Amino acid sequence: MRYARIEVTPDPLVSATSLRQTAHEVGITALDDLHHHKLFFVAHPDLSDDDVDTLCREVLSDPVIETVTWRWRDTAEALRDADDRVEVQVLPGVTDRTAAEVRRAAEQLGIDLTHSATGHRYDLVSPTPLHETTRHELAKRVLCNEVVERYRLGEDHPAFIGEADGDTSLVERFDLAGLDDDGLVALGQERQLALNIDELGVLRDFARHQGRALTDAELEMVAQTWSEHCYHKTFRAEISYREYDDAGELVRTETVDGLLKQYIRAATEACSKDWIVSAFVDNAGIIEFDDEFVVSFKAETHNHPSALEPFGGANTGVGGVIRDVIGVSAKPIAVTDVLCFGPQDLPFDALPEGTLHPRRVQAGVVAGVGDYGNKMGVPTVNGTVVYHPGYVANPLVYCGCVGLAPKNSHVTNPHIGDRIVVLGGLTGRDGLRGATFSSRDLGSESSGTDIASTAVQIGDPIVEKDVMEVILAARDQGLYNAITDCGAGGLSSAIGEMASGLGAHVELHNVGLKYAGLLPWEIWLSEAQERMVLSVSPDKLDQVRVLCEHYGVHCDVVGEMTGTGRMLVTYGGDPVVDLPMDLLHEGHPRMRLEAEWRPPREVSVKQVEDVPDLDASDLLLRFLADPNVASKEYIVRSYDHEVQGGTVVKPFTGAHNHGPSDAAVLRPLGTKGLRGIALGNGINPHYGELDPYAMALSAVDEAVRNVVAVGGDPDRLAILDNFCWGNPRLPDRLGSLVRAAQGCWAAATAFDLPFISGKDSLNNEYVAADGTRRPIPGTLLISALAIVPDVTLAVTMDAKAAGNLIYIVGETKNEFGGSLMMQHIGAGNAVVPGLAEGGVGVARALHRAITGQLVRACHDLSEGGLAVAAAEMAIAGALGLRIDPGKVPVSDDVSHPLEILFSESNGRWLVEVAPEQAGAFEAALSGYPVAQCGEVTEGGRLELSPIDLPIDRLDTAWQRFNRLNTPGGTL
Amino acid sequence: MTPRALILHASGINRDHEAAWACERAGARPDIVHISALRNDPRMLGDYQLLVVAGGFSYGDALGAGKRLALELSGSFGDALHSFADEGRPILGICNGFQALIKSGLLPEVQRNLTGGATLTHNAGGHFECRWVTLVPNESSPCVFTRELAEPIDCPIAHGEGRLASTAEIDDRYIALRYADPDRSLNDTKYPANPNGSVQNIAGVCNERGNVLGLMPHPEDHIVPWQHPRWTRGEGGRLGLPLFEAGVRYAAGLGR
Repeated sequence: MRYARIEVTPDPLVSATSLRQTAHEVGITALDDLHHHKLFFVAHPDLSDDDVDTLCREVLSDPVIETVTWRWRDTAEALRDADDRVEVQVLPGVTDRTAAEVRRAAEQLGIDLTHSATGHRYDLVSPTPLHETTRHELAKRVLCNEVVERYRLGEDHPAFIGEADGDTSLVERFDLAGLDDDGLVALGQERQLALNIDELGVLRDFARHQGRALTDAELEMVAQTWSEHCYHKTFRAEISYREYDDAGELVRTETVDGLLKQYIRAATEACSKDWIVSAFVDNAGIIEFDDEFVVSFKAETHNHPSALEPFGGANTGVGGVIRDVIGVSAKPIAVTDVLCFGPQDLPFDALPEGTLHPRRVQAGVVAGVGDYGNKMGVPTVNGTVVYHPGYVANPLVYCGCVGLAPKNSHVTNPHIGDRIVVLGGLTGRDGLRGATFSSRDLGSESSGTDIASTAVQIGDPIVEKDVMEVILAARDQGLYNAITDCGAGGLSSAIGEMASGLGAHVELHNVGLKYAGLLPWEIWLSEAQERMVLSVSPDKLDQVRVLCEHYGVHCDVVGEMTGTGRMLVTYGGDPVVDLPMDLLHEGHPRMRLEAEWRPPREVSVKQVEDVPDLDASDLLLRFLADPNVASKEYIVRSYDHEVQGGTVVKPFTGAHNHGPSDAAVLRPLGTKGLRGIALGNGINPHYGELDPYAMALSAVDEAVRNVVAVGGDPDRLAILDNFCWGNPRLPDRLGSLVRAAQGCWAAATAFDLPFISGKDSLNNEYVAADGTRRPIPGTLLISALAIVPDVTLAVTMDAKAAGNLIYIVGETKNEFGGSLMMQHIGAGNAVVPGLAEGGVGVARALHRAITGQLVRACHDLSEGGLAVAAAEMAIAGALGLRIDPGKVPVSDDVSHPLEILFSESNGRWLVEVAPEQAGAFEAALSGYPVAQCGEVTEGGRLELSPIDLPIDRLDTAWQRFNRLNTPGGTL
Repeated sequence: MTPRALILHASGINRDHEAAWACERAGARPDIVHISALRNDPRMLGDYQLLVVAGGFSYGDALGAGKRLALELSGSFGDALHSFADEGRPILGICNGFQALIKSGLLPEVQRNLTGGATLTHNAGGHFECRWVTLVPNESSPCVFTRELAEPIDCPIAHGEGRLASTAEIDDRYIALRYADPDRSLNDTKYPANPNGSVQNIAGVCNERGNVLGLMPHPEDHIVPWQHPRWTRGEGGRLGLPLFEAGVRYAAGLGR
């Protein structure tokens, strides 16, 4: 095929600095420079020279800063290698918005194109040509991710999508009735179903009962519906739990009647809040906002895809959770992101086979998160980044989304005869088997298999934005009876769920495809992004079509709600799936799992007083520079946190806009009055390594502390649970998961808090070629959303004015398990912080003081304890603090001054109060451990005996990681 | 007369609601109008006295920021749009809207100057960034939105392609707003006060007549005091609202 090859070159040439730097880090030091050129490939049988000239001039280049050249080429021409060039293109079928935009822009200019593709050309500048193996290394490790891209050492032909070949109506049938157990297991492995023998046995019984073979689409649909990802079978399983003490004695046995039911939902039922609109039923939890609106909140994980293709994985993670919120008929108003990575300075030779370096993972994930939220126009306002060596092979990407909707606008009532409408993106081969893929361990081979490449996708936030406009307008016009998003499992899961009470018939010929050649089961299971499914009564179809046309959104009527109680899927009239809904949604055989908990082997910890020459100032500077504490400003500022105009407390605050806010406060545009919401989170895997139960207590406590600190009402506070764990079939992994779930119950009931939604991602475990297993540290994220009664009374953490008094709220105990003190110098003790006695009472008292305008600044104490919190408050306010540790309320077991400074006990805040309001503040907190312990000073020093340091030294230490982390910086 | 403001919406535009809110608070009657409606009936532009091309990522900015929106603005209803501008009605392009205006020929004096041209491209820092900046109006510019501003504006930027690059010096009268240090000093403004490396610290430019303004920062995100990043420290003022009020006043004075 003849095509035009167009090269766009920046003028003057720009060095790809960060790529060159990465090349040097992987050891390709002979590379002096890299020059990047954009490539475009366009084709049409009638394309003329003038057409290509016009495209180059009007569409593809900016004459002020770029030069453009082009020439005709033909795909039949042989390609030459070049020793100074690498070209990279996305694989055919992977979303390429730019290529599609080239076609649309050309159309606007009256130029038809049959094909378009894009790529990158990198010119390698080196004194002598790099060796071929070095160039391959450069391409694989720096320039190209072969999961979604391909490269060539030299000029390449375009990656146009080829013509379909073969019979696309092919349906494979499997005679399960005739298989023995071994045969079933072999079939399960061959089709990558991730089903166990009990589950396959249910299918065999079904097949025998029906007296027929099952189709590929049926097997795949059941596998997706029953996957860990969609069905949460571990969280529903009956668990036999055994607990041992330090001496190895069995001290407790218990049968858990489902983690979700016994610990999470039970906590919600125990507190019976009348402002909960929906918990654990819809795609997102929903609570009342005011008389007119409700807010919804959901957090998801997208770990496995982000490990292999960080940008696409994180990108579609955000896109997916935003769709969850659109799926409860809400407008997305905020995105949160909590990211867990391996150490950024990990030596390259310590990288496990088949994994990407943590720096590359972080860069891609951060760009992917920002790309989706920024383009959707949803502010990313809260989050954190956690570093731990356990995340090297399995990074975690938690994405959350908050939505706003008028009361009673979300309907979930499909009718018989309703048409099933799919709108948004077209369906392609992308994302096949994503749900079962995420239910398996990652291995050294994962990135090389074709499973991975179809399970990973690139999102298109602009399509989702258009879909959102259609949905919100359709909601306001009352055009649908039910709505759901298309996520894991694709149409099979979305329609299967939406029609679970009725039954449905879908004709796959009516599903719009990105390209020809998809088999029926692939259409039914595809997880192509940016699709929503509506149940629409026939008389309203035209109105839906008009809306779609107005916003330029593709829509297909693919079937209808039948009332037969069966899921019938046909392809050109031939049945491809014919399953009873009961089998899909009630037929799963409950799993019975074994769990055991043994305390970690004796942790060697020295008492603080036994460590010679501990210098408090030195410790504080080290802790401030610890990546888990240090500023991550570069990452946060790559997200738009201002769009929608409602961000009242921003991620950064203080005199120089660089102090770390405890939580975000939003006042949603379009609401009346000054009511708002606070968003915060709690997470600490270092605690969980010693005691997952205590980790859960601390995560809930931290999330509560954060939102209360900015003005959130502890009596209008809902939380989400997100568990990321290793393989739950291994009893020790499951045992620690049980402990964490028990901690969730204990903390939520202590604070009288409801969980309104949750998510689990298991099998975050790397299996090396030699079979060695490397699980992540069990990681629990608690996300909190609280109502702020009046956003103009919100409080930030920066010290405000010299002469104001500093109070500490809460008791300091001798708790160092998992603390920075323990991580850095192995000192303290192995006691992980537990719940403070004050419970919700102290939070309520503090909230009353905040709404009574008695508080000028408030900052919670977490990693690094009092010293780090005080330092952050001073840095943010550009003011000094003088605090007397002797005045801090402590428990009986605290004896050493450093214990007061660095203990990480829960339930504590530093509060700044104007002297004239001291009496009123003390009265508001009376009955709780609280003490005036210091004051804000003009001096520009942190005086926290024995620490006495100037603020700028603290600031420099706190900023160091950020400077190194910013593109162009080095670690 | 209450002027009517058309807030242009297109695929990927996402700051339309804030722009509408700002216009409303400034005394106009805003309508968010999707480009498909305008394409079907370009004459509807005649019903409006003020046009705002709001920010976002039109069509994903896949071909360069604002590029395809610019093709549309100069294509299907380019004539209607140019007569809107030629009649002296105010047009405000913010962020992506600015990128589209400059690439569509609605800011001709800046886009094509004597020795070459100007464009908006990738930030000097090489990546998207969101931060608050201070803008100082240029008294010698004829821009109807900024010429009467009494104080600087504090407001956020949120862009990856906001660096104004030019092959020649841009004439002072086309410069409506400049990035400045928070103490409003214009001398030697560096990153992050000039957040993207724009030439001559330019944040916003206007046409010869002063009725078309394009700027990268978002004055529509600083309409009330609690949006300011340091409101809890008692800092305030420097709202973006007066810029909209000036535009609305000017539009009201034009009559129909």
